Amino acid sequence: MSDLNHLIAEAQTDFIACDALPALENAKAKYLGKTGLLTDALKGLGKLSAEERPAAGAAINVVKQAIEQALNARREAILEAAQAQQLASESLDITLPARTQSRGGLHPVTLTLQRIEQLFHSIGFDVANGPEIETDFYNFTALNIPENHPARAMHDTFYVDESHVLRTHTSPVQVHYMQNKQPPLKIIAPGRVYRVDSDATHSPMFHQVEGLWVDEHISFANLKGVVQDFLQKFFERDDLTVRFRPSFFPFTEPSAEMDMSWNGGWLEIGGCGMVHPEVFKHVNIDSEQYRGFAFGLGVERLAMLRYGVNDLRHFFNNDLRFLQQFIK
Amino acid sequence: MQFSENWLRTFVNPEMDTQALSHALTMTGLEVEELTPVAPAFENIVVGEIVSAVKHPDADRLQVCQVKVGQETLQIVCGAANARVGLKAPCALVGAELPGISIKQAKVRGVESFGMMCSSKELGLAAEATGLLELPADAPVGQDIRDYLDLNDTLFTLKLTPNRADCLSILGIARDVVAMTGAPLSVPTTQPSAITTDKSISVQVQATEACPAYFGRVITGVNAQAKSPDWVVRRLERSGIRSISALVDITNYVLLELGQPMHAFDLDKLQGNVNVRLAKAGESLQLLNGNTVQLAADDLVIADNSGAIALAGIMGGEPTSVTDVTTAVFLESAFFTPDTIAGKARRIGLSTDSSYRFERGVDFGNTANALARATDLVLSICGGQAGRVTQSVATLPVRKQVTLRYDRLQSVLGIDIPYATVGKLLTQLGFTFTEQDHVFLVQAPSYRFDIAREEDLIEEIARLYGYDKIPAITPHANLAMLEQSESRLNVAGLRDAMQSQGYQEVVTYSFVDEAWERDLLGNASPIPLKNPIASNMSVMRSGLWGGLLDVLSYNLNRKQDRALLFEVGSSYHTAAQGYAEQQKLAGLFYGDFQPEQWASDKREVDFYDVKATVDALTKQQAEYRVETHAALHPGQTARVYIDGKAQGWFGKLHPKWQQDYNFPKATFLFELNVDALLHASVPQYQEVSKFLGVRRDIAVIVNANVQVQAIIDAVKMAQIPLLQQIQLFDVYQGKGIAENKKSLAFLVLIQDTHKTLVDTEAEAAMAELLKILENQFGAELRN
Repeated sequence: MSDLNHLIAEAQTDFIACDALPALENAKAKYLGKTGLLTDALKGLGKLSAEERPAAGAAINVVKQAIEQALNARREAILEAAQAQQLASESLDITLPARTQSRGGLHPVTLTLQRIEQLFHSIGFDVANGPEIETDFYNFTALNIPENHPARAMHDTFYVDESHVLRTHTSPVQVHYMQNKQPPLKIIAPGRVYRVDSDATHSPMFHQVEGLWVDEHISFANLKGVVQDFLQKFFERDDLTVRFRPSFFPFTEPSAEMDMSWNGGWLEIGGCGMVHPEVFKHVNIDSEQYRGFAFGLGVERLAMLRYGVNDLRHFFNNDLRFLQQFIK
Repeated sequence: MQFSENWLRTFVNPEMDTQALSHALTMTGLEVEELTPVAPAFENIVVGEIVSAVKHPDADRLQVCQVKVGQETLQIVCGAANARVGLKAPCALVGAELPGISIKQAKVRGVESFGMMCSSKELGLAAEATGLLELPADAPVGQDIRDYLDLNDTLFTLKLTPNRADCLSILGIARDVVAMTGAPLSVPTTQPSAITTDKSISVQVQATEACPAYFGRVITGVNAQAKSPDWVVRRLERSGIRSISALVDITNYVLLELGQPMHAFDLDKLQGNVNVRLAKAGESLQLLNGNTVQLAADDLVIADNSGAIALAGIMGGEPTSVTDVTTAVFLESAFFTPDTIAGKARRIGLSTDSSYRFERGVDFGNTANALARATDLVLSICGGQAGRVTQSVATLPVRKQVTLRYDRLQSVLGIDIPYATVGKLLTQLGFTFTEQDHVFLVQAPSYRFDIAREEDLIEEIARLYGYDKIPAITPHANLAMLEQSESRLNVAGLRDAMQSQGYQEVVTYSFVDEAWERDLLGNASPIPLKNPIASNMSVMRSGLWGGLLDVLSYNLNRKQDRALLFEVGSSYHTAAQGYAEQQKLAGLFYGDFQPEQWASDKREVDFYDVKATVDALTKQQAEYRVETHAALHPGQTARVYIDGKAQGWFGKLHPKWQQDYNFPKATFLFELNVDALLHASVPQYQEVSKFLGVRRDIAVIVNANVQVQAIIDAVKMAQIPLLQQIQLFDVYQGKGIAENKKSLAFLVLIQDTHKTLVDTEAEAAMAELLKILENQFGAELRN
């Protein structure tokens, strides 16, 4: 029976020669199949004596196990090779660009307005809106600018008819809001405004944000505090300060022009003041009990400073090469 | 308001330099817009006199002049045509630095020259000049030209706010400088002129409310051709007013100095006495500017027996104006109330120095004094004999007492200001007051038209105390949360949705070309502007597509070949009462569906791509109906309904517009009412069934014109038991399907949410579905 041991080496050689599973199964049959060499050897045990049989059987089993082990090892190797080949064939250039739609973006005026709204929202300001075709009453009279007042000449108004104008500022929203709500009030009113003016630094349509805070103990110092806080947060610069210069708006008193410190100088960014008692009178708020401040900020101005835009006209030309620089 | 610093400093001369004065004015509310030195910085230029001039031996156009510049006489070669013996002109000495020129000793064509005679251009005083600047014969030879021409001066340009009419004069500005600095005020004194003629014009004021004060005076024997003194001409010019004649210059001078508009009538052209009244029906007047105006019933006029001779407070009339042959004048100094003048000048397209001041408020306390000042100037410059002052004074405005509470002042401003400072500032302002228990009772002077209430005084104190000293303090407030509705979305969310679908936001004008409205949007009567800035911006838009197409056009002209644009903005409509505005979200898609790329096949955007965007925005709640729109292709137009209400449109730009705009490819547009997109529902949980459903597919052949939505609606309407969902997954036309037919394949979800589904029940549901398709749509089951 000792001549069976050579089968192990033969089987190993046969198995290694197989590259795929079907061939390996054929090779297996030669040794372990129904008429395989080892199967025959096991059948031959019956011819041996009872004394010889256990030793001979054990010897055959050792060979059989060795061959099965070789078979399994080869089977695993073949499977592994196949998988490795599949992985290799499926690997991609992951640096190829993605399948994509173009990127969209928001207009820089919108980005600026959203930023303003978020900042004021964070201290509880509501957003209010009003019509852009405004009555003479809301745009002027209720804001203490009677007919023929020289202040009307400051406004370069677009007229729609005898009693309607395109609003020249967002201040009328104050009046609409205060007619419907009781103090304390905190709102900002963003939107489009219109002036008959068009050149390199003026657009006939532009955007303002009006702010209004009415409460019992609101002061001019608070106005300065809120505006300065806003500017510092908007520009993310703690060193910004705001300077007030005396000015005149019929709907606020005291009134001020707001300047912001910028690159060693001062830049005008809007007008403000304490709500005029005549305005409170138009909306039935007691100006002895309540005080308020109001301010108007030029949105394009803030956008230009924030994003380094050097020409107002870019905002309304809508050149995609300009607009797409603001995709976030 | 422009003025000369030196002139102001004759009234008040605070110890601050030009820059400091300018800053102080700005920070107290008189904003200095511009500071302009009268002359560039130069020195070593003196008054020179040409004492001899001979032709240059080697140059036809040059003269060799001997110029006296004091003790010394210099030889100077000069090319100016007006150089002649006896002429006095500025002479730059060797070493002088002029704008762009350094004066050195030089040889000019072989002849030594020791300086340069100058034109006004070379001195930087004028943009252009011909020849040397000719100085008067009495100019002192050798005097520094800066002193002689008063060139060490700066022009201040103020941007005055409408409430500060009192600062429309040197006197007024000086008073404010006094208020801010406490420096003393010095006003030119006026002596009452001797009355040396008995001629006079009597004055009758009928409209005493409009004209509460009128002072007039005759001056005879004047020399209208007298020359205005240099100092008058210079101060006028430095205030931006051209010298015209001595008499006119004097009225302008008083206007600038004291803020009182004056008028001089030619006495010999007046017929009878002067009457101040409202214009009569049909009356007209030829103004000084040559225009004849038809007067309105509320126009105030100065009239004589012949009719209106001046538009009160605005402009005098041509027929009675002074000329260079005038020998006697009637001078007018009056107070017309702001309400009378406001708006009148603008009505006839005018704004004069006079109307500008009267409509803002002229000091009625200074009317007589201004007449005296003008009289003085006429007598000293033009000579003549003054008559007595004739006058009419009715009820002048009263400056009411205004209360200023010290504690209110402090709390409104949010500052601690010493009590004594308040009184001091009020005094410096020229206000009179009494005080009791920390309350000031304040009386403003006649020149302040803007002090009527406590806030006016608070503002005065604040600006003089210094806005800079007011601290920046964020307020303390009671905290309450803002309302936040979960069933109401916000516009920012819509913008984000558009952005994430690849659309770029644009902002276009609210006023558009009327043709866009009329032809593109089919709006026959858009809202017009009365004073549009341009003809293509003349009406308010009722929709946003015109702007988007314009932006597309702009960008295609700049080599873009794809565009996904959107805008959120108002549209404007007429309403039963006035106007209504509706916020809209509009989009435009042009070019290839995706940017050119390796991994996707190139194709142009189509109707269903845009429909996907509309579906997303409407949260698939929209219903689409076939209707027509002037801008859109009739076969690719959908009107968008939400809850049965029309809320917008989308579709393909009509080929005729594509051709008109010259777009190479098709354009798709949509527009939706923003309000309809912001509704959301707060989710309510419903039990998830543990019984699973089955999917069955069904394919049918129907006529090609059958609308899929109609089928789906009919199936839903039928409420087939257990049928949970029906959805189209394939449309086929072509081989195997008859010409005017199409094949539709639906997937159907059948589920019993209460028990396990029995196969026969599913079969029954499918049979009922097929019956509906056959009966209502003539469908045939496809094998």
